Amino acid sequence: MPQVAHSGTPVLKLDNARISYFTRAGEINVVPSISFTLNQGEAIGLVGESGCGKSTVAFAIMKYLGGAGRLTGGRILFEGRDLAEMSAEELRLIRGRRIAMVYQDPMSSLNPAIPIGRQLMEVPIVHQGASEAEARQRALQLLTEVKLPDPESIFGRYPHQLSGGQQQRVVIAMALMAEPSLLVMDEPTTGLDVTVEAAVLDLVRDLRRMHNSSLVFISHNLGTVVRVCDRIGVMYSGELVEEGQIVDVFRNPRHPYTRGLLDCIPVLGSDKRSSPLVPIPGTVTSALRRPDGCIFASRCSFMDPARCKTGRMPTLDAGHRHRVQCVRHAELPPRRLAIAAKATVASQEPSGELVLNIENLRKFYHQSASIFSGAGGYEVRALNDISISAKRGMTLAIVGESGCGKSTLAKVLMGIERATGGKVMLESADIGGMRIEDRPSDIKRNLQMVFQNPESTLNPSHSVGFTIERSLRRLKKMVGLHAREEARRLMETVRLPADFVDRKPRQLSGGQKQRVAIARALAGDPDLVIADEPVSALDVSVQAAIINLLIDLQASRHATLVFISHDLSVVRYLADRVAVMYLGRIVEFGTVEEVFAPPYHPYTESLLSAVPVPDPDRQQKRILLEGAMPSPTNMPKGCPFSTRCPRKLGEICDTAPPPEHRTGTGHRILCHIPLEELRQVEPIISTAAE
Amino acid sequence: MALEAGIRRPAPALPLWLYRISLLRESPIGIIGAALVIFWVLVALFAPLLAPYDPNVNDYLAGTSMPPSPAHWLGTDNQARDMLSRIIWGSRTVLTVAPISVLSAYVVGCVIGLLAGYYRGWVDTVLMQIANIIMSFPPIILYIIIIMKFGPSALNIILAVVFVASPQIARLVRSQALELREKEYVAAAKMRGEPAWYIMLMEILPNARGPLIVDACLRMGYTTITIGALGFLGLGLPPPNPDWGGMIKDTYGYIMSAPHMALFPCAAISSLVVGFSLLADGMREISLRD
Repeated sequence: MPQVAHSGTPVLKLDNARISYFTRAGEINVVPSISFTLNQGEAIGLVGESGCGKSTVAFAIMKYLGGAGRLTGGRILFEGRDLAEMSAEELRLIRGRRIAMVYQDPMSSLNPAIPIGRQLMEVPIVHQGASEAEARQRALQLLTEVKLPDPESIFGRYPHQLSGGQQQRVVIAMALMAEPSLLVMDEPTTGLDVTVEAAVLDLVRDLRRMHNSSLVFISHNLGTVVRVCDRIGVMYSGELVEEGQIVDVFRNPRHPYTRGLLDCIPVLGSDKRSSPLVPIPGTVTSALRRPDGCIFASRCSFMDPARCKTGRMPTLDAGHRHRVQCVRHAELPPRRLAIAAKATVASQEPSGELVLNIENLRKFYHQSASIFSGAGGYEVRALNDISISAKRGMTLAIVGESGCGKSTLAKVLMGIERATGGKVMLESADIGGMRIEDRPSDIKRNLQMVFQNPESTLNPSHSVGFTIERSLRRLKKMVGLHAREEARRLMETVRLPADFVDRKPRQLSGGQKQRVAIARALAGDPDLVIADEPVSALDVSVQAAIINLLIDLQASRHATLVFISHDLSVVRYLADRVAVMYLGRIVEFGTVEEVFAPPYHPYTESLLSAVPVPDPDRQQKRILLEGAMPSPTNMPKGCPFSTRCPRKLGEICDTAPPPEHRTGTGHRILCHIPLEELRQVEPIISTAAE
Repeated sequence: MALEAGIRRPAPALPLWLYRISLLRESPIGIIGAALVIFWVLVALFAPLLAPYDPNVNDYLAGTSMPPSPAHWLGTDNQARDMLSRIIWGSRTVLTVAPISVLSAYVVGCVIGLLAGYYRGWVDTVLMQIANIIMSFPPIILYIIIIMKFGPSALNIILAVVFVASPQIARLVRSQALELREKEYVAAAKMRGEPAWYIMLMEILPNARGPLIVDACLRMGYTTITIGALGFLGLGLPPPNPDWGGMIKDTYGYIMSAPHMALFPCAAISSLVVGFSLLADGMREISLRD
């Protein structure tokens, strides 16, 4: 394909690259053949579910596949030179100087024993033979460029003294030190909070333009790719199934997998009533059992047995620099239109009695200053004056960044922590002060939990059937055959095949494990289910299926769901009511429509502006939050958000606790700014005029 | 990483424990270890069939301290007893006393470790301080004191091993329990109202088994050495029972004139210890892979 409007050779060219790992079990071909071209100054985002070979491609570009991996065919050309033909010395000169890499976990890229400045200075000293003074100057310049506050002081600090977002900025600065022509980033923002992620993404986009570097950006999140890249490559099981300009691919996705990916993620603004999520059936095809024909055929709803099941799929042109690996791409029906920015169907407030009613809940931890004297300690206010309620059959979402207290709230509900004050009413019983061991069995039955991590939610030693049956025995006092039958029935309701009873957790996928966990939680027919980030560890296609399952089960069983999440798109989709938490306080509480539309609390507004939206046609206002959440040991005297608030009024925010605005419908906002003024704020997200 | 999903093998049709054992065939070191251990187990099981002579009968016609010959494959000892028969019967001593003592030490160690790791707080402090005090003595001194005080017998050897080894096992179990008690499945068990004993034995202990099995295997080797050492110090089983350590003690004085009398029991002990160590290495390899 001709390179238009770019001079010279492309920075990176993968030409039918074939990558395999060699294990005791023999060769495992992870990437059968991948080709793409990256010109000077371009950024390509590689997306796909886990196990699709994204990271393998990244490591192959660095020629850093480790002992087991090897390029077994094709070529990878960097600035026109074949990496395979370079000597170790030549590679050493290229890595770090011409190609730089940023990994997911910044802490593993920084040496904890060397001050930040020293680590940065090493790059020009080693690669460019710079003097100490030059290197120092360059390091300070880059620390300024990555927008770190007070670069002089950061220079002398150690990595552990910085926050996660700051560490990632340092790693990015380090990658840019030698002005590389190619930057490879592997999930650089995955571990970060949404507001920090937004800031890092904006930074990457600006720096890339400033330095005219090319970028390979790997992510599982389509929204982040839209923010940073101009091209996108969709990977499925080691194959690049679609590649093109972001706008072309999002407006007109040609491959069924790309469509599937777009249809199974909630876009901020969609909800369960107006636009149901469509999960992709099945799981990612294993590299061990690569079928003849199209790799996606077994999960594809457009599959034509005559043409998709045999031979190698050709890569076809679908427009200007838009390639797709699908024989039927021209025959696909038009994709359903993008969802309207505003939900058209209003939520029906479920009528019914209150299942959960939390009033003025407080949870303080007392930290004594020294183990020898009890005095002189300080108080950590993990939860302060929390009042929220949920009716039967309702989904109450609790959102906020890490450290906002949402997990502490879950622990109090679960009875792992005891409330310091206030009331937590589960129907007619106050459970706030009761540890789980002290709760009567009826309350245990009535309140169950779905946990975050599918890898640790099930006991690896117990079979699926045992796990579910045990819950039935304990919570419903069922015995023998009766429990066995009921367990099968529960597995059916969470859509697990009946022959899974004898499987151990290690034989299940992440989504299947989460289904078992849901079945276990439902065993006692609880009125209240707490789900702590139940889908955040899952791939997007699986995530959609689990979310749909939760919605269905909740509707059929009239259980109340407390859904704790940091993902606002999912919350917008799933919830009826939303509580936004910041530093142990509820700053905004209301129905999902109220919270996601003006008047916003300034924090809600910032959160919404940070959500990566996988739609290049959506206009999203950007609000950059400065600094990090203050430590709960050092609470601001006035409004908890005053240290970072972009709409701060002045003195009053620092000194006086904010009043609570209430509207007639029960929408509450904790802010000094008058409600009238907050109403004037424009919506964060709008659809661009076509 | 991407690799993981590709390599996961299809679900085995075998029961899990058999599948795990079958993985051992991929570790050459593990196979050698298992072969050595199985060899001695078979020898001990079939001792009455395998031993050509009565191990305690003095065959003075054959002569004392005779080197290997067609009639006595491993020669005779200084009391004209058949060496081969004594080594074969001696394997029974080691292979009953060692497993029983390791198993007993594990029962005690697991209980202590689970209680300390699960309850933490003062329970942990008290139990672990006691364990530290026991562990601060050199083990061989403890063995000598205990056996000298209570007299040499199989039961006392077992008690001594339990006393010395259980604090070490408790430490290992405790560290595992401290980590596993934070798992979400433990929280789920609490949420359905399981009693503490159930959580410790059914939720925590089975998932700690990986490192415990490897440790148990190594510990069988150490205990074999200990039994040999006690026998050599004259604190083993009372004569005339054949006991590898005791056989070395009785004959090491003749090491220059009739070396076979001490060397063959030495070789027996070494091969069994090496077998246990290699088996432990193989197990570790398997557990790392899964």
